[in-house]
This record gives sequence, structure tokens and C-alpha cells, in this order.
Amino acid sequence: MAKSFHIVVCAGIVPDPLQTLEPATGPTGPAIKNEMLLPAILDPWAACALYEAAKLAQEHPGSRVWLVSLAPKAKLQQLMMNVAQKAAFELVAIDGPIGGFADAHGTAAALAESIGAIPGLDRSKLLLFGGWESATRGAGVTLQLVGERLGIADQFQGVDRIDILDDGSFEVLERVEGGRHQASICAGAPAVLGWATGSLPEPRNNPQLGMANMRTLMPAIQRARTVAIDANGLHYVSTSVPTQQRATRVVKDLSPDEIAHELAEWIGAE
Amino acid sequence: MSAAAQPVEVERQTMAVDIACVGFGPAMGGFLTTLTQAWSENPADPAFESAVMPGMPLQVLCCERADDLAAGVSGAVTRAEGIRASFPALDPAQIPMAAAVKQERILYLLDPIGASRRSFTLRAADRLLRLGGAAFLKDNAFELPWTPGFLHKRGGLLLSLGQFNQWVASQLMAGGLVQIWPGTPVSAPIFGAEMGNEHRTVNGIRLTDQGVDNHGAPVAGFMPGTDVRARLTVVADGPIGAVGRALNRQFPRGERREWALGMKMVIELPEGATLEPGTVWHTLGFPEPQIFGFLYVHPDRLVSVGIFVPSWLGDPARTAYRYLQHYIQHPALWKHLKDGTLRSWGAKSLDESGRRGEPLLSGDGFARIGEGSGSTNVLTSSGVDEAWTTGVQLGEAVIELLRAGQPFAGEHLSKTYEKRRRASRVEQGVRAAERARDGFHSGFVRGLAAMALAGLTGGRLPFKARIQPASKQIWPMRPDAETDRKLLDAAVALVATGRSFHDALLTVRGWPEIPFDGHLLVTQQDALLLGGKVQALPGFADHVRFKSKDLCISCREKTCIAMCSGQAITLGGDGAPAFEREKCIHCGACLWNCAHPPGEESSNVEFVAGAGGLHSVEN
Repeated sequence: MAKSFHIVVCAGIVPDPLQTLEPATGPTGPAIKNEMLLPAILDPWAACALYEAAKLAQEHPGSRVWLVSLAPKAKLQQLMMNVAQKAAFELVAIDGPIGGFADAHGTAAALAESIGAIPGLDRSKLLLFGGWESATRGAGVTLQLVGERLGIADQFQGVDRIDILDDGSFEVLERVEGGRHQASICAGAPAVLGWATGSLPEPRNNPQLGMANMRTLMPAIQRARTVAIDANGLHYVSTSVPTQQRATRVVKDLSPDEIAHELAEWIGAE
Repeated sequence: MSAAAQPVEVERQTMAVDIACVGFGPAMGGFLTTLTQAWSENPADPAFESAVMPGMPLQVLCCERADDLAAGVSGAVTRAEGIRASFPALDPAQIPMAAAVKQERILYLLDPIGASRRSFTLRAADRLLRLGGAAFLKDNAFELPWTPGFLHKRGGLLLSLGQFNQWVASQLMAGGLVQIWPGTPVSAPIFGAEMGNEHRTVNGIRLTDQGVDNHGAPVAGFMPGTDVRARLTVVADGPIGAVGRALNRQFPRGERREWALGMKMVIELPEGATLEPGTVWHTLGFPEPQIFGFLYVHPDRLVSVGIFVPSWLGDPARTAYRYLQHYIQHPALWKHLKDGTLRSWGAKSLDESGRRGEPLLSGDGFARIGEGSGSTNVLTSSGVDEAWTTGVQLGEAVIELLRAGQPFAGEHLSKTYEKRRRASRVEQGVRAAERARDGFHSGFVRGLAAMALAGLTGGRLPFKARIQPASKQIWPMRPDAETDRKLLDAAVALVATGRSFHDALLTVRGWPEIPFDGHLLVTQQDALLLGGKVQALPGFADHVRFKSKDLCISCREKTCIAMCSGQAITLGGDGAPAFEREKCIHCGACLWNCAHPPGEESSNVEFVAGAGGLHSVEN
């Protein structure tokens, strides 16, 4: 069985989750206020998937990695200046709406269509990567839906590790309750892997890699096809951001035990 | 003992480009736009063929420290003559938060609290104005009946510099000639030894090591910074950039003794706000006479409000954030800002030396543009369009040299870039402004008079003063003097309650406590969280270090702590300042707020290249 892979990473872009986000109502429904102005990052779970994909491809010569992303072209371009230094990949850009309020079925349809049209993609080698969660307001089902549309039956979620075995099959560790992993053996590609955090740190910025990547990334962004995501009757009744409390005070010379005690007390009081 | 990192001697990766650029701001925007526009007219033009990658277009790489382009907060009002020349069809509506300048006001703000340090002359003038009552004053402010021509920005643009730079970058990246890399700090220029001219040539740049501990020592995942070899290195990393300052040390020119910290908030006005987009206010007189301020009104009920705290303020207790909070509460501003919401916040060091601080503009293999090259006009308080224009001038010079097939040698850059610059309105402006602010070193009233004189005569009647090094501009604390001792004792008592020292000093000097409201008036630490996010990527060394701990311990003023915009420098238990990278917004104020440097023109603070900084929520 083949031990080289065609890895397609589905990765959305999200406002940096540590920014102060404010819900608003836009012309098409719920939105984040000034989202186009906010700094964006690659969805953190999908970013882990990209780094894992790059490592896997490096370890298995002949493998290729595509990053498929649906977002406004201008934001994608901005983001690629950061991402391109971290991993080697080819970009499939889809010019679409920003934000996680789009219908997951519509988004999955657009992604699956673009993946199906990737020239040279060998479905028998296909590993579809993405995040099992999202920092957007996504429903957390998009990746599974893309897999279904591509006819991939083997799907794994909350993946932290994949080990390729000699016969081309692979072992997958998926997160399950109680902080434990479930180990599964999959006969081989094609498969869908929704990554949790994996085990790799964020790669260092590598300008040589970036220079090489950008020669193909910018033309890919310019070629991006524009899609409109069908709402499919989706209607939001209300939106809100998680409750956030902030109480700052400066305390010096507190021992770790005292800090832990105070935190436990505070959590208990909540 | 010095905490400075030891240089890491390892084999480094190298890469070759035609043009390596350092820092992405307005100057670099002007340079790269000029280059890209010329190339776009005829991409097959052989003049634009790469020498390091034959058959390909010029390889142009721009490295930017921040994690995103123009991530810091900055509002600017500019005449935009150079910018409009580059984009003749520019429509401000294309750029988020941009507006055409519609009205300008200059307000002299009286002190409604009575805490500011005002001279006898100024107090007398204030009294006269108050006697005039409503005929002169409205909301404790006196509006100048006219705006002097040299201050006018008529026909100009009001910009969020961050949004403008991002807009420029997107145009550039779409062009395809230029690659811009955020999150890529540059540690130093690479000096060469060609033609027996040792260390007179710049051959490129060295990127910062990654995978190191706080002191720069390699740890797991060590990745030595790549050496980027280039035919031309363009330096636009501003007044505190590591490459520019290394060039200043190598080729000593100019005198950089005047600085200011610009600190700004972006505030969303409450519903029903009456301030019209395009409105520009310049203010003076409050919170201290030496602290100038501004209010710019963007579209969508957003305003930029900020102050400039100059090195010649004198007082070592110069806590800019606290001053900014008092500033926005001045009645003239508060009537509009009250019930507003803080959306963004940030700060930046400004080189106020102008042309007097001009370094060597070009040499073999390098050229300097923008604020770090002394292009800021300190009379008109404008630097964005000037910086942009110096970038355009270098871009035109580079195109001329490429078409002539000439190398980027110092003599050629001098005959093309410097010649253009010397003949330009930027040069005329900075020459007229050269001594415009000298008067402030002799007092506020003299400063205003000297500035007006310079402005009205085009700099022909300058007020000449000897400018002290920045360290000498800080008044020494005198714990032996009774008044100072009482103040210090009272401040120390407040510190015991958890207050920061300089914040406490302002309180005992009569500044009222800030009535925190949780949405606009918030603590400095909350502003760090509400106004943005500090990026402190792991794997990089601390970029702020203290050369001599003993000097720091013996320093009474501790002005580096007072002026630290993010409270990233605090007083350690041993009496020396302690640095936390996770709070540093890279404003660089610590560099010039050192009261006891080892040498007159130096600083006990070492500010080296580092990644990250404040990523403002909306910039």
C-alpha cells in the first residue's frame, strides 16, 4: 500500500481569539463587529493539523500538502504572510464570506467542490485534515460533512497522533472522555482526521520556506474562485459572547500555594 | 553583571535576494509602491531582472518585527501630498477609518484640577483668560482664532496608520513583486569588507535567532537567524530599530537627543455623538504644559485621542498612561468622550530631533528612509507623508540605477537618492523646522514663541538652544530636599498598598484618582487586555536588557519604569528594574528614559531586536 500521501488541510481563518470580540448584526445576520479590521489567525486547531500534515509529508517522500481555505481574499493574503513561513504547502484559496455564522452544509459543499477539483489529487492517497473544533462560531461539523461529500467513510475526531505502519495502514489516537485516548487502526487512505492539538509546537518562522511558498501562494490567491454560501434556511435566534470577568490587581511575593488556594476559592465561589 | 546575551557563533543558513528591506511602515510603503508600480508597467523590463536569480524578477524581501503588518495603534493626520502623488485616484473610503480633513481647531487647555506644573507666566495668562469668562473660554479651553498655516493639514487625510499600512501592503502583495514577512525581526546589518573598505559596506541583514532562552542562549529547537545577503539593504525600522541603531553606531552622524512618547486610545463614541468625521483638534496646555495632545474623528463614531510626552518634560514621574487618562477627562474632551468605549490603545517612541538627528542616508549597499532617517518635520508635527516621500525618492533612485545598470554603491545612491531628497519639499520642511522646538528647553512659553517664530518665518529666525542628551533632560530626584522627601515618603506609603511608584507620585502631587468605569477609564493592565494583545512568542530572547545592574540600583529616578507603556518594567526586589516580555509593547521609551547611562549619549537599557509587541484591537 502507498506510503506517500496527498494531504488536504481544511483551515478557516478566525479573528485572533484573544481580541475583544463584540457581536453585531450585519446585513446577512449575526456577525462580529469590525471583523474585517480585526487581526486574523489560522483557526488554531486547523493550524495544528497543518503542522502535523507538513511533518507527515516530510517523513514520507512523494507526499503533497494542500491548504484549502475559504475566506475573503484580502484576509487570506494577509494571513499567508505569516503562515507561509511555517510549513510547506500548496494553497487552494476560495474567496468567500468571513465568519463562522455561515451554514456548515453550504461551507462543506464549497470546500468539497474545490478539493474535488484539485489537479493531480489522488483520492486513494487522500488524508483530509482539519480541526475537530473551531475558534469561529462554527458548528464543529464542517470537516465531517466535507468527508461525507467526498465519500470518505473512515473518520476520526480529536486526533492527537497518527503513526504510519509498514503496510501503509496507520494507528490513530483520538481523545475520549477522562483525558484518555482511543487507539484505532485504519487500513489506509482515504480518511478524515479532525485534529485536536497534536503534539507539535508552532514551527519557527523560516524565511527560505516562506520565499519558496509565496511563489505559488500569491497566484493561488489571485485565482481564488468566489463562492456564495447558501444559508439553507439557517436562522439565528440570538447570539452572545461567553461571559467574561476581568478583575486585575497587582500582588507581589505571593507563594504558589497561596495563589493556588486563592484560585480554588474563586472557582468554588463561581 | 550584564544580562546581555552572548553572541551565538554558529553556522547560519544564508539566502540571497536583490533588495532586503527592514521594517514596514509608511516609508517602506512608499519605497515598495514605487518599485512595484514601475515593474507592473512592464514586468519584462530587463532592468528588473534579478541578479541573484537570473530569469526571475527582482527578489525583494521585507522583514517586519510585528506579528502582523502595522499591528500597532497609530492615528495620523497628514497633508498626504506624497501619498496622493503615488495614488492619484485615492479614495479615502477604500481605507478603513480614513477620512478627508474637514475642520481643524487648536485648543489651549487650562488646568481645571490645579495639579499641572505651570510657570508664573502661564498661571498669569490663565488667570487673564478666566477673567474674560465665556468670551474667551468654553469648557476650560481657549480656541485659537485661527490655525497658523504651518500647522494646517488642509486637503489632507486623517488616517489610522495601521489600516493604511495594511491597505498598502495588500496592494503590494497583490502586485507580486514584493514579499513582506511579519513576525521576522532583524537583529543586525551584515557589514562587509569589500575593496579594503572594512565595515563600510552593508551586505544584507541577519535575522534574529529563534529557539533561545530569555538571555539568548540556545535551547531546544534552536534555529540560528538566517543571513539574508542583498545587493541593497533598505532600512526603515524607525528610531528604535536594531538595524538603524547599529548603523548609527557604525557611521556616527546626527544628534538624537529629543524624543517623545506618543500614546493613543481609539474610542468609540456614544450614540448621538456630534463630532463630525474629518475633525482634527490639536491641543496644548494640559495635562502638563509640555504635553501636546490631539483628537481625530474617524468615520463610524471612532476617535483617536492621544498625547505626546516629550523628553524635555523634565519630571522623572512621567507616567504617560495616567496623564492620558487625565487628558481625556478634560472638560473640552470629556463632553464628547464620556460614555465612550475603549476599543484600542497603544504607544510609540517618536524621534523628535528631526533633521538634527539625520544619520548617514546611504552608503555602499544600504540606504535609510523614514523617521529613522530624520525625515520628521517637528514644526508641522508631521512625519507620515514625509516618510512616505523619502521612500518614493529612494524607489525612484533605485529604478534609475537599475535602468543604468549601476551597482548600489554609496556614490551612486548619493547622486540619485540623496540628490532627490535634498531638492525636495521634505528637505525644505525639515530644514525650516530644525530648531523650531529648541525654545521648549527653556520653558513652555518661550517654546511656543520660538515655534511660532520659526513657523511664520520658515525657520529663518530660529531660537538657538543647547540641547542636552535625553538623560540630562530628566530632573534628578533630591531626597535630601524637604519637599522631594515628603513627596517620596508619601508615594512610598502608597506603593505599600500595591500602587506603582510613579502612579503614586502623581497622586501625591495632586492629581486626582482615576474614577474607573470599566469601559473607558480602566487600569493600565486592563488597557493592555482591552486595547489589544501583547505578542511575546516563545523562543526569542528578551529584547530589553539592563547593561549595569549597579547603575540601575543606584538610580533614584527610575524613569524607565515610569515611562514603560505596558508596565513591563517594574521595580524588582533588589532595587533593579525587572522586565517582563509578555507585557512589552515595543514602544522603546525605556531606551531614552534612562537617567544614568554609562555614557552621556548612551543608555543603560539595551533594546535589541525582538518579535511581537502589541497587536492592537483596531489600529
